[in-house]
Amino acid sequence: MSAGVSIGGPILAVEHLTMRFGGLIAIDDLSFTAARGEITALIGPNGAGKTTVFNCVTGFYKPSSGRLVLCHDASPTAEELDTLTQSGRRWAAATGGAVFLLERMPDHEVAARAKVARTFQNIRLFSGMTVLENLIVAQHNPLMAASGWTVLGLLGAPAYRAAERAAIERARFWLDRIGLTDRADDAAGGLPYGDQRRLEIARAMCTEPQLLCLDEPAAGLNPRETAGLTELLLAIRQAHGLSILLIEHDMSVVMEISDHVAVLDYGQKIADGPPDAVRNDPKVVAAYLGVEDEEVEQVEAEIAR
Amino acid sequence: MALVAAERPGVAGRLVAALKDAALAALLALGLAVPILALRIDQDINNQPVLRARWDDVALAVALVFAARLAWLLLRPALAGSAAKARPASTGAGHLAARAFALAGAVGLVLYPLIMLALVGKSGAIKWIDNFGIQILIYVMLGWGLNIVVGLAGLLDLGYVAFYAVGAYSTALLVHNLGFGFWLCLPLAGIFAALWGILLGFPVLRLRGDYLAIVTLAFGEIIRLVLINWVPVTNGYAGISGIPKPTFFGLPFNASDEGFAATFGIEFTPLHRTIFLFYTILALAFLTNWVTLRLRRLPIGRAWEALREDEIACRSLGINTTSTKLTAFAIGAGFGGFAGSFFAARQGFISPESFTFMESAVVVAIVVLGGMGSQLGVAIAAIVMIGGTEILRELDWLKQVFGPDFEPTQYRMLLFGLAMVVVMIWKPRGLISTRQPSIFLRERRAVRADLVKEGHG
Repeated sequence: MSAGVSIGGPILAVEHLTMRFGGLIAIDDLSFTAARGEITALIGPNGAGKTTVFNCVTGFYKPSSGRLVLCHDASPTAEELDTLTQSGRRWAAATGGAVFLLERMPDHEVAARAKVARTFQNIRLFSGMTVLENLIVAQHNPLMAASGWTVLGLLGAPAYRAAERAAIERARFWLDRIGLTDRADDAAGGLPYGDQRRLEIARAMCTEPQLLCLDEPAAGLNPRETAGLTELLLAIRQAHGLSILLIEHDMSVVMEISDHVAVLDYGQKIADGPPDAVRNDPKVVAAYLGVEDEEVEQVEAEIAR
Repeated sequence: MALVAAERPGVAGRLVAALKDAALAALLALGLAVPILALRIDQDINNQPVLRARWDDVALAVALVFAARLAWLLLRPALAGSAAKARPASTGAGHLAARAFALAGAVGLVLYPLIMLALVGKSGAIKWIDNFGIQILIYVMLGWGLNIVVGLAGLLDLGYVAFYAVGAYSTALLVHNLGFGFWLCLPLAGIFAALWGILLGFPVLRLRGDYLAIVTLAFGEIIRLVLINWVPVTNGYAGISGIPKPTFFGLPFNASDEGFAATFGIEFTPLHRTIFLFYTILALAFLTNWVTLRLRRLPIGRAWEALREDEIACRSLGINTTSTKLTAFAIGAGFGGFAGSFFAARQGFISPESFTFMESAVVVAIVVLGGMGSQLGVAIAAIVMIGGTEILRELDWLKQVFGPDFEPTQYRMLLFGLAMVVVMIWKPRGLISTRQPSIFLRERRAVRADLVKEGHG
């Protein structure tokens, strides 16, 4: 299965993405797609620009140039996409879905409208709030609407109470899923590291995303926790048909769960394809391990090509 | 020095170490006391400066420090032992105790005027209800209002007095220019203050921490300077007087035939108005508390707290941090405006003097001492700090101890600072530092103070 041929087309198309910080080019003309319902891994050595790509996709950075197209349900036709791009609008309804130009949207809108959820490399839970509260905060926007922008909620409207009960049910579902139901009323900051990682994923899932971006979800986990994590991610993809974009350094995780791998080095894509092909790609091996002296010129020539 | 004491467990060894330590502290005190206390320049009858030495005061200060340090070092092991045993478990039981305490406090506040009447009689009660009751409740309300901004949303606002001033001045101006009554001015003052809160909120949205604090501080000063200098409208330093006192739903509190007393067929006394004002501010404070507690359990309140914990995570979850911050500023400011409106009506006279930075600092101190985010803690802190400074006025008997020149109120700031130092050593996160969750699945468990963040600004 390669990107583009899955049903409905790719969920995310990164096109000619470039991000400059002053004179530093963190991402240089990067293009790749994330297929719908699949797990796409973004790998590369430290400092390759993976997290920068994430920050661009989730709206935390404004890209210097390039287009980030996210489609709900089905890809738009080329004309629809062109019309939207030229209109200056941020999103539009399209054939059988909606299309969003993420580079134009602020971060909270990317999460709220385009339904892209993310986790962070260094865990960012609301540590002083309980596990349950973390999952309820994630459902802020629907609850805010149900509370009539606070007015109805302040008066104790039954509609809001029902919405809150539903939110608790959803939270409980995810707590069961990650095995933290017993710790629902404990502070999130007091959980062990592995539990915090899983909770962050559950919190992202509570926003009901279409695309889930995970920034090194297995970092700092022991082998048993890592196995649990891969199981969770595969189950999420299976049950919810969710598309996942993944940054990961743990190659066993990448090779086990990803359907598609894009490799970044110095802000450029050096390989793109199914895990097995990428693993044996000489450029990838060179980027990670370096090369023998006699091969340097050959590899340099290949990279320059 | 303390380490030396720990290494030598013998009683004699400990005593020697403690004596050494206390002597060092006394030496330090001497160093500080000589430049501060030893020499004083007074003016004699001919307005000539006279240098007066006060070595006895220096000796007293040094002796006090020595004795206090020695006592502390010798008694500390015993105190630490008992404190460790008495540490309460932070569970649902603690929450119930706090609720019971809060309920008792609320009932006590409602009965306060009657208790005072019974204790000191009609003539004495006015002072206790007005100077203590009303004054403290104004600060409780300001503390609760600022608690939304500082305690829940984690935005350090050092210019809160600006909204208090906006509320007071809008009441005064509406009364004088449009002839509105107090009960119409009150909500309008809140709305105006909330609008000013949004106005302040916009430019400071990008600022965090120290920078936010400085800009809000400047905002408070700007409002005060405008009040001083915009003489045609605000009458400058002279202030605005003749603001009518609140009426009992149209019935004025006076001795006339249409007055409150005559209508209800009771004897006129100024006490009626004081008691009415007390219950008005009590109702306003309870309203603030009710709204805040309610908001905490609504999405907006949880978003405030989430903002305090981690702003970036908030944005990754689709929370619009701009509107979340602005609502915190607006609602906090609105309550400040209510308090200001009440203040104007109670005093009958307002001037920029009442809205100095000192007021902001006191309210921030109340919130920080009480424990950021804790309604009960803030109320206790307001009672202790404002009540404590007011009670200094009552300590006339101290003049018999220290001589007729002794004026206890002069030591207000000293005691204020001392109290803050003590609380910050003893409870660095405020009196009530644990956080009660806004929602729970099985049982309510308080969140430890060290896990709760203070916010980044």
